[in-house]
Amino acid sequence: MKKLLVVIAMGIMLYACSSNSNQQQTSSTSAPESDSPTTSDYDPKRGEGKFDKVDIGDRLDVKMAAEGHSIANLKCASCHKYTDEKLVGPGWSGVTKKHEPHWIMNFITNPDPMIDKDPELQAQLELCLVRMPNQNLSDDDARKILEFMRQNDGAQ
Amino acid sequence: MIALFGIATTFEGCKPKGAGSAVSAGAAEKTYVAPGQYDEFYNFVSGGFSGQLSVYGLPSGRLLRVIPVFSLDPEKGWGFSEETKPMLETSHGTVPWDDLHHVQLSKTDGDYDGRWVFVNGNNTPRIARIDLTTFRTAEILELPNSGGNHSSPYITENTEYVVAGTRFSVPMDGDDSDTPINTYKKNFKGTLSFVSVNKDNGHMDIAFQIETPGVNFDLSRAGKGVSHGWFFFSTYNTELASTLLEVNASKNDKDFVLAVNWKKAEEYLKAGKGKKVSNVKYAHNIYDETSHTSTSTIKNEVIVLNSAELEGLCYFIPCPKSPHGVDVDPTGEYIVSSGKLAALIPVFSFSKIQKAIESKSFEGEFAGIPVIKYEAALHGEVEKPGLGPLHTEFDGKGNAITSFFVSSELVKWNIKDLKILDRVPTFYSVGHLMIPGGDTKNPDAKYVVAYNKITKDRFLPTGPELAHSAQIYDITGDKMQLILDFPTIGEPHYAQAIRAEKVKDKSVKIFKLEENKHPYFTNGESAAKVERNGNKVHVYVTTIRSHFTPDNIEGIQMGDEVYFHVTNIEQDWDMPHGFAIKGANNGELLIMPGETQTLKWVPDRIGIFPMYCTDFCSALHQEMSGYVRVSPKGSNVPITFSVGTNQPTDTQ
Repeated sequence: MKKLLVVIAMGIMLYACSSNSNQQQTSSTSAPESDSPTTSDYDPKRGEGKFDKVDIGDRLDVKMAAEGHSIANLKCASCHKYTDEKLVGPGWSGVTKKHEPHWIMNFITNPDPMIDKDPELQAQLELCLVRMPNQNLSDDDARKILEFMRQNDGAQ
Repeated sequence: MIALFGIATTFEGCKPKGAGSAVSAGAAEKTYVAPGQYDEFYNFVSGGFSGQLSVYGLPSGRLLRVIPVFSLDPEKGWGFSEETKPMLETSHGTVPWDDLHHVQLSKTDGDYDGRWVFVNGNNTPRIARIDLTTFRTAEILELPNSGGNHSSPYITENTEYVVAGTRFSVPMDGDDSDTPINTYKKNFKGTLSFVSVNKDNGHMDIAFQIETPGVNFDLSRAGKGVSHGWFFFSTYNTELASTLLEVNASKNDKDFVLAVNWKKAEEYLKAGKGKKVSNVKYAHNIYDETSHTSTSTIKNEVIVLNSAELEGLCYFIPCPKSPHGVDVDPTGEYIVSSGKLAALIPVFSFSKIQKAIESKSFEGEFAGIPVIKYEAALHGEVEKPGLGPLHTEFDGKGNAITSFFVSSELVKWNIKDLKILDRVPTFYSVGHLMIPGGDTKNPDAKYVVAYNKITKDRFLPTGPELAHSAQIYDITGDKMQLILDFPTIGEPHYAQAIRAEKVKDKSVKIFKLEENKHPYFTNGESAAKVERNGNKVHVYVTTIRSHFTPDNIEGIQMGDEVYFHVTNIEQDWDMPHGFAIKGANNGELLIMPGETQTLKWVPDRIGIFPMYCTDFCSALHQEMSGYVRVSPKGSNVPITFSVGTNQPTDTQ
């Protein structure tokens, strides 16, 4: 409980510091959802988003990985090295060993709700202090980036 | 009643006793928009002498945005970045500040379609189009043969044309325009420009101009429904005076409303009856949201139709004393023109005008244009409505509401029987008024907003100058009820309001990096670089929370022109970054996600110049900074750039 309070306080501080709110705004005329994060129905293995199961196949798709690499260079490499070295965010080395493929795809396509709920991401935010930007990746972009991450982790 | 008006006039601009009690019960409930909730309407309000367009939420009166149009705006980089500078170009060069008057939402079938807003530049005559997906000015078109573009940018029911009528008649452009002012009656002409609008991309073009006698055109409205195909312009100074107009243009008992048959004009144009004029010069500026750059092109040709020579094109209708507004009711049958110095409101009938033309019910000609008999065109007059009638909007239930400047009030009356139904005071001296959809076929008559010219004691004093006050009245019942005051920017002239649903879901959140066609786009951090080309240095910079790439730059020399092309590689809504460097005479930049913008910097001295992000972007925003080194001309310091590890490597 104490830890949760710290996280919430941290969240409030971050929010207060940011004139460019990272909050998701719904586009209806009704009030945007303002309820505090409920962690009860959150599955930390799956994450939150549209992906349930990602079929990664037996072998690496080299073409897809190459495309993922160039997307990552444009949209991700500003903050992530492909080694285990932290830049703004953590290095990518080993990420596919730590997380399920669909957790990764959910996170990179739906970062804000997950940062609000995922215990590991909240711990990560305390270290990095910058919320991972939503880079508006398409489903296809996300899948290609996942393939590049797999290649980066040595998948053949 | 007359005595009461007398008193009101005497105390014009003074607060009537007990004005506070004019606020009805329940006003707070009607205007309160709870935190996180949205307003019902976008209200686009002219910023008057600020040259900008403001956007308020209704009914809260909250300021949502100021859209820069005809004036520099440092807050948005408008006119400071290399990409936006061409938008303020005219045939006279850069004009940094103009006077924006009227607002027109684009229409399809006589109702707002939520695509564009058109506004007019009054001083250096121009029309601008604002794109409602980006809330940015997309296009500005200058008008030749013009002085004072006031009766503009009123539009036809399918946005076929946006018009511009000259408030100040001038000699037609060209060599003969150097003429004595006392030849006004002979040499000074008015023009009515019909600007076509491309249905797909909104691009504007002057389809034709109509040359008219040198009267002053004040306001205008397109016919709609039954009167579609016609346009109505109010005129004053039919005396054709060029000095002390306050007196000399107020002598005639009646001035005119000019009825223009623009379908007829199209026929004449097609038949080659227009005169091609090529001694004109006007700028056409377009902003492209894919290349994130704008172009300014000078054009030299326009086609002019002559109102006196082409039969059936124009008709004058006499209208009492210097009419100001000329407004067409939702059916298109009734045309209300308010003689601002008259103590009545004439209402003309479109069908009677047509009959008068058919039966040649004319009282004579003015400068070669037939003048229809007043009674032949008249539906009727609203008797003793108040003093100084200016503008009229409609509620779609058969009623009109007219603003009265001199007697400071709004008056509601019935169009058919011309009976006055209600009146409420405004605070003070109302100019324009607005009902959402009030000029469409289907008004959304929940509120009327009064845009007042005088503020005095309505808000806390702020020195000699005060924000103009606007007032919202609930008009859902029989009686108009004042429910809110709100301050406005500049001086609001006309305004329009549209249901939020018609606009908000089309709002662009980011520009896609994949679609960025800027010639100096940086495709990710690995493409960031610094290139020298003679004394021009192009810096390809990226921004993302929270660093620049590159952020250490050396090798700049005195005498260089440095262009920082900053690409914001964020792809998240509401994540702009700013860019500022010490001593930059071109100001700063603000770059939207996925956009590229350029700051030109000419260093004035050697040394180290810090640069930083000006728009708070993350918890590490304060760290978002870098250094640029400037060396003497001819120095052997090579161009180097880096981020993360400074280059060249520390050797000391």
